[in-house]
Amino acid sequence: MKQRRMKWFALVVMLGAVMMLGACKKKATPPPPPPPPPPPEPTASISVSPNTIQAGQSASLTWQTSNATDVSIDGIGAVQPNGSQSVSPTDSMTYHLTAKGSGGSQEATARLTVTQAPPPPPPTPTVTDEDLFSQNVKDVYFDYDKADVRGDQQSSVQADAQFLNQHANINITIEGHCDERGSTDYNLALGDQRASAVKAALTGAGINGNRIKTISYGKEKPFCTESNEACWQQNRRGHLTYQK
Amino acid sequence: MIRGKREEQTLQSKSYRNTILSCPTPFTPTRLDEPDRLSFTRLGCNRYASWRGPSRPALALVLIFSCCFLSSAFSSALFAQDWVKTGTSLGVEKVRLAVPDFKASTTDPQNAALLKTFNDTLWNDLDVSGVVELVSKSFYPLQVPGQPPEVNYLAWNAPPPNAAMLAFGSLGVTAGKLTVQGWLYDVKNSQSPQILGKQYSDASSDASARLMAHKFADEIIFRLGGGIAGIAETQIYFVSDRSGHKEIWAMDYDGSNQHQITRLGSISLSPRVSPEGSRVAFSSLTKSGWEIMMFSLELNRPVGFPHMGGTNLSPAWSADGMKLAFSSSRGGEPEIYVADASGGNLHRLTTARGPDVSPSWNRKTNAQISFVSGRTGLPQIYTMEADGTNQQRMTDQGYAVSPNWAPNGQFLCLAWIRKYGPGAPGASDLYLMDIASKQWVQLTHDGGRNDFPSWSPDGRHIVFQSSRSGKEEIWTMLADGSKVQQLTFTGRNTQPNWSWK
Repeated sequence: MKQRRMKWFALVVMLGAVMMLGACKKKATPPPPPPPPPPPEPTASISVSPNTIQAGQSASLTWQTSNATDVSIDGIGAVQPNGSQSVSPTDSMTYHLTAKGSGGSQEATARLTVTQAPPPPPPTPTVTDEDLFSQNVKDVYFDYDKADVRGDQQSSVQADAQFLNQHANINITIEGHCDERGSTDYNLALGDQRASAVKAALTGAGINGNRIKTISYGKEKPFCTESNEACWQQNRRGHLTYQK
Repeated sequence: MIRGKREEQTLQSKSYRNTILSCPTPFTPTRLDEPDRLSFTRLGCNRYASWRGPSRPALALVLIFSCCFLSSAFSSALFAQDWVKTGTSLGVEKVRLAVPDFKASTTDPQNAALLKTFNDTLWNDLDVSGVVELVSKSFYPLQVPGQPPEVNYLAWNAPPPNAAMLAFGSLGVTAGKLTVQGWLYDVKNSQSPQILGKQYSDASSDASARLMAHKFADEIIFRLGGGIAGIAETQIYFVSDRSGHKEIWAMDYDGSNQHQITRLGSISLSPRVSPEGSRVAFSSLTKSGWEIMMFSLELNRPVGFPHMGGTNLSPAWSADGMKLAFSSSRGGEPEIYVADASGGNLHRLTTARGPDVSPSWNRKTNAQISFVSGRTGLPQIYTMEADGTNQQRMTDQGYAVSPNWAPNGQFLCLAWIRKYGPGAPGASDLYLMDIASKQWVQLTHDGGRNDFPSWSPDGRHIVFQSSRSGKEEIWTMLADGSKVQQLTFTGRNTQPNWSWK
């Protein structure tokens, strides 16, 4: 009986001890240390000047970063934390700067707009001359089997002479053409005369003959191939062409 | 190429009497089959002086051509007028010639095709020659000869064939070698019938069969046509666009063997073969304009000819091959110039205003040149001495171009739109003009645009360009306008020029 009491007493004591111990342990845990202060975040900025260029021109790309260890720009690659660079892209593009540091990463963008070259600016002389030539110079038309410049064609000759006087750098070739009627050889001779007649009219109006070549095509290269008077008249002409 | 074994006999003097229209006045006709029988003969019932020159328009001259022999259609009303009879083989009755197909002399399988080529070529050569009348094959006896012993004289010289002459022979291939034997017999003279006997042999080919036929035809035509060489071996040069550009081409006179000569890729016109046949002069568009160019048929390439400057057109050889006349605008207006065949020694013959083009030498005398001039407006035909003097206008109206001087020196063939003007869209037809009298006769009638006549060397044929088939092609005809044949069918073909031999 006495032994049973001892057992119970021991059990209670042990239980009490365990409980005491557990309580004591809890009280002994230290408070966690305060977290380290966070590193400073990186900063980044990028700009392009000017922000609009024409194809072929260049612009200056400038960027600044701080607190960054790894700086790169898309399309350019890794760069110094601060710097500038000249760029000349052919198309509009956005420069995308990424700055990474221990405090995080930061991005910045700059947009460069590229405009395509405008129609050849002050148009180059040769092209203009040719355009002007085709706009202003008129062919001279002839009567059947005739090689003299008829009255109603004098205005064309005068206009042509005026144009050539104003553009002294232009040389021309006058092609003599004939309609399909008549014989091959005679038409070539007639076409030669028509070309010469137009040349004579132009030199008479003050154009230097050295600027003018003549060639006869007879009926070999007609402008129009129908067999009627309207078409034939189209083919009976002195055709002025720009000499390249 | 072909070595013919000559076994011909001397042709006994055969005379084929002139057939002349009767004339009220006694009169001895000029013998026309004398050496130079391409002559212009007046069967005059009036005095010569009475019709000289064009100033006597009242004297309507009737131009009659031998090749279209005088028929009874000419009424007696004509007897009161002068007659001018022009043409070739004048007054000669055409010989009735029978030409049975040649027979095979061997059993080679090639024989059939070669016989067809030979027989067709021989028949066509004789048919278009203008000197014989071929007896229709439907009149022939059933048995035709291939060898002299097989000739049955009576079967040929009596009606229905009623032939005066018989051309016959055989063809055979032996071991790749083609041999042709041909004879011409006078079947009305059984005692001494042989006029011609020929043997030809060469490597077997269609071309050699054709050439043998041409050679045999020329032998027959030479003997039956008054001693004038046949034309079966002549060439025609022309312009064709079938390659895509106008280039110079050549073909046999019957249209076979068409082949390209130049390959310049530009525009080449007006081919003119030299009299000896070794070069072709032509006009071509170069970088510096239209220039006369020269192509060597022996070297098969262009050879040098100086550039003249200006527009240079329509070369023409003198008959001796020493000179070239052509049109050049190097001095301003297109004028006729003459240079040596090398291009040197250039000098100018004409000075008139207006284009002068298309010279053609008098092939007989080599001393005159005809040409086209627009000095009075529409182009007309003129003649002048070869030094430029004595310029004479030949045509009186219309649009006249492309003169070509006949080998006999007495005619021009030309292209003429006689009735030209608004409301009178006349056709361009070929005309024959007697130079002494300026009288003319029309050869083509309302068949498209006809231009660029060129005489055959025998003076019996004319090659020309015509659009009568719908587009420009090369045609030939006898000098009287008969026997018209189309030679080209591909592309546009223009400006034919017949070789001189």
